[in-house]
Amino acid sequence: MSDLNLLQMILYDANTQWVLLGTMLLGIASGVLGSIALLRKQSLIGDAVAHAALPGICIAFLLIGEKSLVALLIGATITGLVAAYCIQFITATSILKEDTVICLVLSVFFGFGIVLLTKVSQSPAGNKSGLADFIFGQAASLVGNDVKLMAGTAFILILVTSLLFKELKLLTFDPAFAKGLGLPTKFLNFLFLTLLVAAVVIGIQAVGVILMAALLITPSIAARYWTNSLGKMIILSGLFGAISGMAGTLLSTFGRGLATGPFIVVSATLLFFLSMLFAPERGLVIKWMRRIKYNRKTKEEQILRTIYKNLEDCYLKSGLEECLVTTNAVASELAFSEKLTLTILGDLLKKGYLTQSGNEWSLTNEGLFKGYLLVMKQRVGEICLMHREEFNEEEQDQLTSKVIDKPTDPIAERIIYLLDQYNMKPAISPYEGKGLT
Amino acid sequence: MSYELWILTVGSLAGMTCGMVGCFLILRKLAMLADAISHSVLLGIVLAFLISQSMSGIYMLVGAAMVGLITAFLVQLFSSNGVQEDASIGVVFTFLFAVGVILISLYANDVHLDVDHALMGEITFVPWDLVQWWFLPPLPKAFLMLSIVFILNIIIIVLFYKEFKITSFDPQMAAAIGIPVLLIHYLLMGMVSITTVASFDSVGAILVVAMLVAPGASAYLLTDKLSVMLVLSALFGVMAAVAGYYSATWLNVSISGSMASLNGIIFLLVFLFSPTKGLISKKLSSSI
Amino acid sequence: MNPVEIKNLTVAYQKKPVLSDVSFEVPEGKLIGIIGPNGAGKSTLIKAVLGLIPKASGEIKIFGKNYNAKDKVVGYVPQRGSVDWDFPTNALDVVLMGRYGHIGWFKRPSKKDMELAMECLRKVGMESYSNRQISQLSGGQQQRVFLARALAQDAKIYFMDEPFVGVDAATERAIVDLLNELKKQGKTVLVVHHDLQTVKDYFDHVILLNMRTIAEGPTEDTFTIENLHRTYGGKLAFLEKDRVMVNQK
Repeated sequence: MSDLNLLQMILYDANTQWVLLGTMLLGIASGVLGSIALLRKQSLIGDAVAHAALPGICIAFLLIGEKSLVALLIGATITGLVAAYCIQFITATSILKEDTVICLVLSVFFGFGIVLLTKVSQSPAGNKSGLADFIFGQAASLVGNDVKLMAGTAFILILVTSLLFKELKLLTFDPAFAKGLGLPTKFLNFLFLTLLVAAVVIGIQAVGVILMAALLITPSIAARYWTNSLGKMIILSGLFGAISGMAGTLLSTFGRGLATGPFIVVSATLLFFLSMLFAPERGLVIKWMRRIKYNRKTKEEQILRTIYKNLEDCYLKSGLEECLVTTNAVASELAFSEKLTLTILGDLLKKGYLTQSGNEWSLTNEGLFKGYLLVMKQRVGEICLMHREEFNEEEQDQLTSKVIDKPTDPIAERIIYLLDQYNMKPAISPYEGKGLT
Repeated sequence: MSYELWILTVGSLAGMTCGMVGCFLILRKLAMLADAISHSVLLGIVLAFLISQSMSGIYMLVGAAMVGLITAFLVQLFSSNGVQEDASIGVVFTFLFAVGVILISLYANDVHLDVDHALMGEITFVPWDLVQWWFLPPLPKAFLMLSIVFILNIIIIVLFYKEFKITSFDPQMAAAIGIPVLLIHYLLMGMVSITTVASFDSVGAILVVAMLVAPGASAYLLTDKLSVMLVLSALFGVMAAVAGYYSATWLNVSISGSMASLNGIIFLLVFLFSPTKGLISKKLSSSI
Repeated sequence: MNPVEIKNLTVAYQKKPVLSDVSFEVPEGKLIGIIGPNGAGKSTLIKAVLGLIPKASGEIKIFGKNYNAKDKVVGYVPQRGSVDWDFPTNALDVVLMGRYGHIGWFKRPSKKDMELAMECLRKVGMESYSNRQISQLSGGQQQRVFLARALAQDAKIYFMDEPFVGVDAATERAIVDLLNELKKQGKTVLVVHHDLQTVKDYFDHVILLNMRTIAEGPTEDTFTIENLHRTYGGKLAFLEKDRVMVNQK
C-alpha cells in the first residue's frame, strides 16, 4: 500500500477523525490557557501540574479498581490543584524562590506517582491498565467515549475562557486593580488554576505528563511574536495549538505505534522557530536587518550632528559661517576609527549632504537642513526630558517639526523660549538665512 | 559487597553528588534549568549511542554534557531574544526531550535503552551491570561513573569555591572584578549534565531532579553558611537514598520513586520544623 | 593623567538611547557626585564604564587605558537591591569577596585577607556584626557591608551606585566619613546621588547627567540653579535660598 493510500485510510477512519477533532480542540484549549499562564508568568506551573497528575491518576485507579477515565481525570485534577497550591504556599512562606519550589514539587509528586504506579501494576487489574501510557501519551489508541470526553471537556474549557475573557484579562494585567473593582480575585485565581489543570489533565492522554507543558508554553510564545494584543495572541496561540495537535496526531498515526506527544511537541516547536525567525516586527531576521540599518543610520546622524555642532561652535566663536571640519576632528570626537569615518563621510557625500575639499568637510545646503533638523531634534528631546510634566518625550519628533514648520504655534513658542533660556537653540538656521537666530 | 550494599552505595553517591551541585542551582535561581537539562540529556544519550554504536559510559558522559550545555545555551539565547526565561526553559527541554523520544522509538530495535528505564531508572539492575577497569576487580558501572563524577565535582567545587560563591551572590560585582561569570555558569551547567547522566542509570531522569533540588532546598532552610549548606545537602541526599531504599523494599515499590518521595518528606519536615526558618517557628515568633 | 575619561559614550537598550554622546573627565583624588533625575542613565553610565553592559559607541579610558578588571584599579559598590540578601553567608564573608580579585585562581583567602576584611568592617563600624547572616542586617548595615567590601578591593577609583538610598542617619554619617577618608588617601570616588540638598556638602566635583552630560566641573561653579534647571527642567522646585529639591510629581 502506498503512503498516500495509508494517509487516505487514516483520514477516512471514523475513530481517527474523532481523535483529530479531540487533539485539535485540546490544542486550542491549551494554547488559549497557556497564553494567559505565560502572561501571568506561570508557564512552568503547568509543567508541575502535569507531573503531579500522575499520583492522582494512580490513586483514583487504586480506589476504584478499574480504568474509568472520568475517575482518573478527577484524581489527576485534585492532585494537580494540590500541587499548584503547594507551590504558591511554599513560595509565599519561605525564602525559597518560585523556580526551586516548582522543581521540588514537580519531582517529588512525580516520584510519588512512580511509587504508586508500581503498586498499580502489582494489583490484578493494574497489569493491563495502560496507565504507563499517561507518561508519554497515546492519542491514536484512544477510542470512542474517551475521545469524546476529551473533546467535550476541551470545548467547555474554550467556552468558559471566552466567556470570562475580560475578567481573566484584568486579573492577568493588574490584579490589584481587579480587586479594587470588586472582582473576586481569589476565586478567579482558583478558577484559572482549575481550568489550567483541567486542560493539562485531558491533554495527558494525548501528550503525556512530561511533554504536556510544551502544549501550554510553546504555542503561546510562538503567538507572542506575531502580536501585541492579548485577544489576537490568544486566538493565534489556539490556532498554533490546533495545528500542532493535528499534525502531531497524523504523524504518529502514520508511523504506527509511535507515541503522539513527542510529535505534537516537535510540530509546535517548529511553529515557534518559524515565528521567532520570520514574524514581522519581532522576528529575528527582520530585527537583525533593522539593526544593521539602524546602526548605519545612527552613525550617519552622529557624523552630521558633529559637523553641524563644529560649524556652530566655529560660528559662535568667530562669526564665520564658512568653516571647515577635518576628518580627524570628526573621528576623534566620536571615537570612530578613521576608516569607518571616511566610509560614512563618503556615503553622506554621495547623498549630497557634504562638500569635500581634501581632508576637510562642510555641509551643503541640503546637509545644513538635515544637520539642523537632527540637532534640533536632540535638543528638543532634552527639553522634553527636562520638562517631562509639560511635554511627552515620545512626541519629540512631532514637536521638532512643529518648532521648525510652525514656530508660531503656542507649544512651539514655549519650546523655542526654553531653548533660548538654556542657550540650546541651534545657532545656524537654514530657514532664517544663515546665522540669523 | 552484597547486593543490598551496592544499591545503598550507588543511591547515596547519587544523592551526595546531586545534592551538592543542586545547592548552587538553587542559589542561582536555576533550579528549573536542572529540570530542563535532566530531560534533554536523554537526547545526548541517544545521539551518543547512534554515533558511537556503543553503550560505553564515556560516550554517554560526553554526549550528555554536550546536550546539557546546548540546553543551557538555547535557554540563554531565547531569553535574550525576548522570550520569558521560564517559558524558554519549557520550550527547549520539551523539544529536545521529544526529539530524543522519537529517535528512541524509531531505532527501538537497535537501542538497548527504553524510555521508561531512562525516566525511572533501574537501580535494582545496578549491581549486575559490571565492568572491569585496569587492576580493579569488576565493579558496577553505575558505581564507577558516579564515583568519577562525584570526585570530579568535589575537585571543581573546591578549586572554584570562591568563584562559584561570588558569581552566585553578586554576578555584577564578580564581572566587575574580572571573574569570568559566563565561564563559571557553563562550568556549572556541565557539572549538572554529567551528574545527571551518571545518576541516570540508577535513578532516572525525573528523579534526578528531586535529588538535585530537594536536599539543597532543605539545607537552605537550616543554615546560614554556604559550606554548611553543601555538607547538609549531601547528608540529606544520603538519608533520602538509604531511607528510600528500605521503605521501597518494605512496601515493594519502585526504589527511585521512593527515594524521591523520601526527599519530599525530608523537605516537608524541615519546612515545618526548621528552628529558624521553619513554618512553625515563624508562626510562633510572629504570634508572640 | 585623569583617572576616568569618557568620550561620546552612547548606550542604547533596544532602539532607545539611554546615554547619548556623554563626555567628561574627572580629576584625581576628588569626591565626584553623578547627579540627575530618575531615568537619566546614571547607573547605566557606571555599568558601561565597568563593561557590564555593552556600549553602542564611544571611548572609555581608565588612567589612559581601556578598562581591564585585572588591573584592579576600580572598586564597585552596586545598588543594594541588586543581590539576594537571603544568600547563605555572613558579613565578613561578603567583605572578603572584595579580595577575590587579588587572591587569584585556586587560592583561598589568607589570614592576611581576613584581617584586612575585618579592618574594613571596623572602618564602617560593623566589626561586631562580622558573623551575622546578611539577611539579618538592617538596610543601612547591609549598605555598610557593601562599602566595606569595596574598601577591601583596595582600588584607586571607586564607583558607588546610590549608596545613600534607604539608609539611616548613622549609616549616612559613616559613609560620609568613609568618603572623606578615601579622599585623604588620594582615591577618586564617583557616587551616583540624588539628594540635591547634600550635594554641596559631600562632593568636590559634580557631573550633571540627563542622557547626556549637561555640565561638569567643581561643585561651586557647576552646581548652579541654571545648570540644575537644565538637568531637571520643570521638576525642580525652589525652597529657601540656595536650597533646592526635586519635585517628585
